[in-house]
Amino acid sequence: MITIIDYKTGNIGSILNMLKKIGVEANISSDIKDIKKSDKLILPGVGAFNTGMENLQQLGLISLLNDEVINHKKPILGLCLGMQLLARKSEEGNLFGLSWLDAEVVKFKFDDKNLKIPHMGWNTIIPKRQSSLLTGLDSDYRFYFVHSYHFECRDSKDILANTFYGYEFPSIVQKGNIYGVQFHPEKSHKFGMKLLKNFAEFC
Amino acid sequence: MLKTRVIPCLLLQNDILVKTIGFKNPKYIGDPINAIRIFNEKEVDELVLLDVTATIENKKLPIKILEKIAAECFMPLAYGGGIKTIEEIKQLFNLGIEKVVINSCAAENPAFIKQAAENFGSQSIVVSIDARKNELGAYEVIASSGTKSTGKNPVDFAMEMAMIGAGEIFLNSIDKDGAMTGYDVELIEKVAKAVNIPVIASGGAGKIEDFKTAVDAGASAVAAASMFVFYGKNRAVLISYPTQEELKKVLS
Repeated sequence: MITIIDYKTGNIGSILNMLKKIGVEANISSDIKDIKKSDKLILPGVGAFNTGMENLQQLGLISLLNDEVINHKKPILGLCLGMQLLARKSEEGNLFGLSWLDAEVVKFKFDDKNLKIPHMGWNTIIPKRQSSLLTGLDSDYRFYFVHSYHFECRDSKDILANTFYGYEFPSIVQKGNIYGVQFHPEKSHKFGMKLLKNFAEFC
Repeated sequence: MLKTRVIPCLLLQNDILVKTIGFKNPKYIGDPINAIRIFNEKEVDELVLLDVTATIENKKLPIKILEKIAAECFMPLAYGGGIKTIEEIKQLFNLGIEKVVINSCAAENPAFIKQAAENFGSQSIVVSIDARKNELGAYEVIASSGTKSTGKNPVDFAMEMAMIGAGEIFLNSIDKDGAMTGYDVELIEKVAKAVNIPVIASGGAGKIEDFKTAVDAGASAVAAASMFVFYGKNRAVLISYPTQEELKKVLS
């Protein structure tokens, strides 16, 4: 059972829809018992960094997640804002993130005025190292992105794949049982299905 | 590299899909759920679904249909038609829809766009502009599915919308709607140059090469309707979408 953590940031029904489609058992919950009972967690999220952290705090989920993810090594996959919250901090807000990865989140900065922000649309990944999350994914795989801020890893070993938009930025990261992707697999057709299936089966 | 988004735009009228020419003479296309299922299988980049009579007839949101569509739509989905309240937007997002497209309400009450962007983030708020050339050769924004003159100039209006929080401009040429003779390049150039948010070009696409023309004129994404639902001279209904290879050849 995978629990999609419901912390009131944007629509998460589409993640459940896709997991159903690929035959993965999942629920949506912010309940402590559900989160403890589940085998894996998905941390979704759309919106602002501070709002995300505030909501996690208000629901009393931060220490619980620390316990599950750090002490019990429960696999967790952060999606979009959910990935960014894995970092220590973000230029978008003044609150600390979950700080599980030695990373910061920064705004896109370009010299090229033709590049619009947000980075919105379908883009590919440039794999940097092997991981069970990337099983069977190749450079033809494309994913749907919508974001104005991006991850910056202090430890390049945490980077599974980069994506190019003006320059390369980390679009898939992993540190042990902690995974994050900047794009929306739930909106990325069969490519997203493959990635979520990998997380459900191999991670 | 970021791909140029190629977006089928489907028109909903009383729960069935139609296609217009110059915003008139709606022709029956088929059942929306079936059509979207086909587009889903064809792995399209994104879908825009517009209820074209929602504002004029002051209709409620077609929640039942949208719910069914969202449940099996594994791509970004935008809905537009008659949206007037924050509560309605919330309802749409809860169904699994990514973006809302706002047209008439943006022209009548710009403050609504600001409020919507503050609530949900700019990336989910698309302002749709239907433009037509008047007798003097100047472009004008026309609201309510092409029935209400606003006296606004699309360039100024797009700049205003971008400033108050719109995330994208869905720019539609009424003159080119359904014509399949190519986009209104002049309109795209003018608007895209004026704003720093993505402009989705719409109205007039008849062949894949037209996409390139729109992108060269400054569009960040391209939408098409007739091209993806009609086949041949006689406009027989057939849902199609170019392959990634075909798109790559033209757009990269």
